[in-house]
This record gives sequence, structure tokens and C-alpha cells, in this order.
Amino acid sequence: MVNLQDLIRVNRYEWEIPKSHRPDMRVPVRIFATQELLDQIKGDKSLEQAVNAATLPGLVSPVVVMPDVHQGYGFPIGGVAGTRLPHGIISPGAIGYDINCGVRLLASQIEFHSVEKHLPHLADSLNRLCPSGVGKKGHVRLTINELNQVCIKGSRWTLRHGYASDADLRRTEESGCLEGADPSKVSKRAKERGRQQLGTLGAGNHFIEVDIVDQVFNQPAAQAMGLTTGNLAVMIHCGSRGFGHQICTDYVREFQSAVKRYGIELPDRELVCAPLDSPEGKNYLAAMRCAANYAFANRQILAHFARQAFEETLAGAVPNWHLYQVYDIAHNMGKIETHEVDGKLIEICVHRKGATRAFGPGFSGLPAEYRPYGQPVLVPGSMGTASWVLVGTAESMRRSFGSSCHGAGRTMSRKKAKKSIWGEDLRKELQARGIHIRAGSMAGLAEEAPQAYKDVDAVVETVHEAGIADKVARLKPVAVIKG
Amino acid sequence: MPPKSASGFREIAHTADWELEVWAPNILGLLEQAAQGMYDLIAAQISKERRFTRQITLQFIEPEDLLIDFLNELLYLAESEELIFDHFHLVIEGNQMHAKLVGAPIKSMAKEIKAATYHHLNIVESNQGLYANIVFDV
Repeated sequence: MVNLQDLIRVNRYEWEIPKSHRPDMRVPVRIFATQELLDQIKGDKSLEQAVNAATLPGLVSPVVVMPDVHQGYGFPIGGVAGTRLPHGIISPGAIGYDINCGVRLLASQIEFHSVEKHLPHLADSLNRLCPSGVGKKGHVRLTINELNQVCIKGSRWTLRHGYASDADLRRTEESGCLEGADPSKVSKRAKERGRQQLGTLGAGNHFIEVDIVDQVFNQPAAQAMGLTTGNLAVMIHCGSRGFGHQICTDYVREFQSAVKRYGIELPDRELVCAPLDSPEGKNYLAAMRCAANYAFANRQILAHFARQAFEETLAGAVPNWHLYQVYDIAHNMGKIETHEVDGKLIEICVHRKGATRAFGPGFSGLPAEYRPYGQPVLVPGSMGTASWVLVGTAESMRRSFGSSCHGAGRTMSRKKAKKSIWGEDLRKELQARGIHIRAGSMAGLAEEAPQAYKDVDAVVETVHEAGIADKVARLKPVAVIKG
Repeated sequence: MPPKSASGFREIAHTADWELEVWAPNILGLLEQAAQGMYDLIAAQISKERRFTRQITLQFIEPEDLLIDFLNELLYLAESEELIFDHFHLVIEGNQMHAKLVGAPIKSMAKEIKAATYHHLNIVESNQGLYANIVFDV
């Protein structure tokens, strides 16, 4: 149990749980939050889970907690941890079952007022062309050999097969392909699940959202991204589907015995891990990269079908119906990165679970047009509220392993949401506010109601004021496709 | 502590995921309750027309491993074969469990579970039998 008196206030937007809080902590926990958000965070077990994460072997500096943090199943959602190479650990549970769950943003030159009457058809078209819902199978069916190629090439596979452009790949984290993916480290069962689900959205909190660019805060950055006030944009939120879920399941199971072999003691079995230089650690990293590449390809194919939906609905109605990639980012990932720790540049494995990479200006991995501003950080809201576009900062490199928040963060349990909110009522309420909802399940819709989430504007204000991201633009939903 | 009925399950509030409390007189009953509770969470409806049987064998050392493996096996069968089971014939021999699962194709399923997790999983023995809390990633 973490009490308020256990927290040291660093400044208005930053708090610390010192290492002395519990004898098994190896590093402190740093929390980015206002007092108000902290009061909400204290409502669940997020901070206890962050303290548990601070016991992992090989951590180089504090475990970082974002303002959208909420309770997960081992590692908190909204947590970041860096472990030292080569002997520090990698933990599948600290990355999550939905490996490379992430967000893609597409911009347009379509003025909202010119297509408002077409929105219901556009929502229908997106809903039909972008398969969503429980266990849904996609338009793209792969042989095992083709799946292996997706694992190795990620978005490059989609480029070769006509689902992507060079510009799409250039504006994707890691150009949509992590090197070092090895399909031989992925189980037959994971491949069977992955073969049929490429180009599908899934269920839960995943969605495709049509937005209006509501407000711009950083004009030069917004211009570089093609974001203009009043124009439409499209946000896609999903991950590696059953393929990634199975890879995580397989390795969490395998690591149950690995921790015993390596003498690692943990406060929670879901935090199981293995040293990065162990055979188990290397195998997981290679398999995780396969799922990461699958997820990049998945969002790319969904973007392709979203473009088809726009063409089908708006060609002829507006002079330019095209969708241009702004960026694609992961928020559940383990990556080997170089960071400055105690004045030295070292290689670490950054675990981001419900946290977005937010590298600052000048980062060489960014497209040239974004380098002056920093990496785009895409923060989806909660259907009825805003979504945000931010950029990473130099300060985030120093204080949060180059990371920022990933969403609004839940505050209400699913149990309470489904008891207090009726899906059909919610759909009508959102429709009355001009937000067209297409959902596979009204029960699922109720659990994802805006009331179940924190105030995304307060979360974004916190990372902005704390200096770990800068506001670029605020988006407002006008159509949402949910599984 | 769970209610005093011999076996059952109930949902526990969890901010982002689903948590299920299950209880039963013995481990086989606990597995069956956990399966039923999991199907209840995803609101699975089955077709009444055709019945299918699947047989699986799971190796385990600790009962918690068996519980998680069993649930994840059922999730896999739900996704890959679109089957939900409502009759379970479970037998443990040494460190193996043999299961004959009888069920039917899914008619509808409102929600999705990614995996059953080990988060603070502990099968506890009480005077009434066994109970455990299982967190599912949603």
C-alpha cells in the first residue's frame, strides 16, 4: 500500500516514491501528475504496481509513471522502466500482451463543413472495410511463409504488396520495422492466430476515429504534420492482435521457470523476466520484434482500407479526399535505446507499457521535416472527448527515457461502467453531440464510455507543463468505429 | 473470502481489466468455475445445433500454472476454432490433467480477453475448499 505521506513532492507536476519505501525496491518511482490526478491515481493499485516494477533486476534509474497511469496486471499501464544491457532483464509482462499496441494518425485537406452530410456513410464505409470486433478475421490471409515475411519486414511487407507508400514508412516509428525479429522464436500456435488477423482492429479499447483538427497550439509543427484547423484527420488505435497475445502468453509461461533458473525473486509472477543476454531473454526479444512488426503492418493495412473508405465516400464530393500519414507510434514495446545515465551514454532496454516514445528535436531517426520539432506523440482520448498530438522534448530524454503519456487512462472499473452506463443510451448521447458511433457490441461500448476515463486534457496539460511533451494540436471526434 | 456456496464465481472491480474471484471444493471444480466465469465475462453465447468434443492434456507443476494454462487454452480454442465449452470432464493423473471438453460453436461473443494472467495469482485453501482471484487482460 502506498499512502500520500510516502510520496515526496518534487514540484507541482512530479512526485517520488523513494527507494526506502520498501526494502526490495532497487530504484525509486517517479510520477508525473498534478495533485488532482494523483488523487485519482490513488484510487487503484497503480502505485503499488509501480513499486513492484521497481524491484526488477538491472534497472538503471527510477521507474517512471505517466499521468494517465492506471492499474494493470503486474506492471502499471502508463509505466516506463529502463534496464541495463547486457545483464539487466527483459519482462514480457512489462510490455504487455498487445505487443506494439499503438496509434497511427492520418491528416487530410478535407474541410469538415464540406463533408458533414457524408459522415454517416463514411462511418459505415470504415466499419465495413476495416474489420473490427471479437476474433475478427481480415481481408488479408497469409501463408506461414508470408507471415514469416511480415514478422521480418513489418511495414516493408505492406509496401511491397501495395498497402503502403514510401512516405507512410518514413513517417512510422522505426520506419515500421524493428531489426532482429526472428520468426523461429514464435510458436506455431501464435502463427496460426496471426495468419488470419492482419488488417483487423479487434475489440476492447481499439478504434478508428475520424476527427476534426479543433485547435492548433504549435503552428510550425502542425504545418509540418499537415494538420490544419477545421480539417479531418483519422486516428487508428490497435496492435498485434492474437499473434502478439499468444507470443506474450507463451513467454510469460516459459519465464515462470526461467526466473527460478536465474535466481530472480519477484513480488508478482506476472513480472517474470530473464536477463537480456540469456537464451530466454534473446528469444523473447526476437519474438517480440516479430509481433511489433506485425502490428506496424496491421495498422498500415487498416490505413489502406481507411483510405479506400474515404475514396468510396468522398471522391467527387471534395477535390482531394486523400489521407496523408502524420506518424505511427507504439505504446507497448521493449526497445534497445541509447540514453544518458549518470552522465554516460549507455544502451538500455526501455520497457514502455502504456507509454509513448517521445524523443526530442534533432533525433536522427525522425523524418527531416519533424526534426526541428521532435517526434510526434499521439494521445487518443475516449470517444466523446479530445485526442491530442504532441511532440517529444529534450527534457523527456533527460527525465522519462524519452517517453510521454499514451491516452486518457481509465479511472472507472469495467464492472461499474457496465452497471451504470447503457451502451445504446451512450450511442444516442454521442450521436446527439454529432459523433457517429459504429460498434460491434453495445456492452463493449458501455465499458469504454468517456465517463470511465480521466480528463485527457488534464493529462496532456500535465506532460506539457512538466516539460516531457509539447502540445501541437487538439482533435475532436466526429465518427468512431469500435470493435 | 468468497461467499459460502460450494462453488461459484463473481466479478471483482478492476480499473482497466477484468478480475474474477472463483471458488470450489477442489482444483477440478475451481478450473470449471474459472472457465464458466471467463465465458460469462465475454458474454459468450453458443449455438444449440451442433456439439463438438475436444480433448486436451496439460502438464503442470503448480496448480496456478494449470489454472492459467487451462484458461488460455480455452481462449485459444474460442479464437482459433470458435468453440465454447459448457461440459468439462477433467481428470488429474500425477502432473498431467486430461480434459474432455464438450461444447458448441460460438453464436455471439460481445467482448474479448487477451489472456489470463498470473497477476497476484494464488490458489488459497480454506475450510470451504479452494479460492483464487484471476486477472484477465482485456
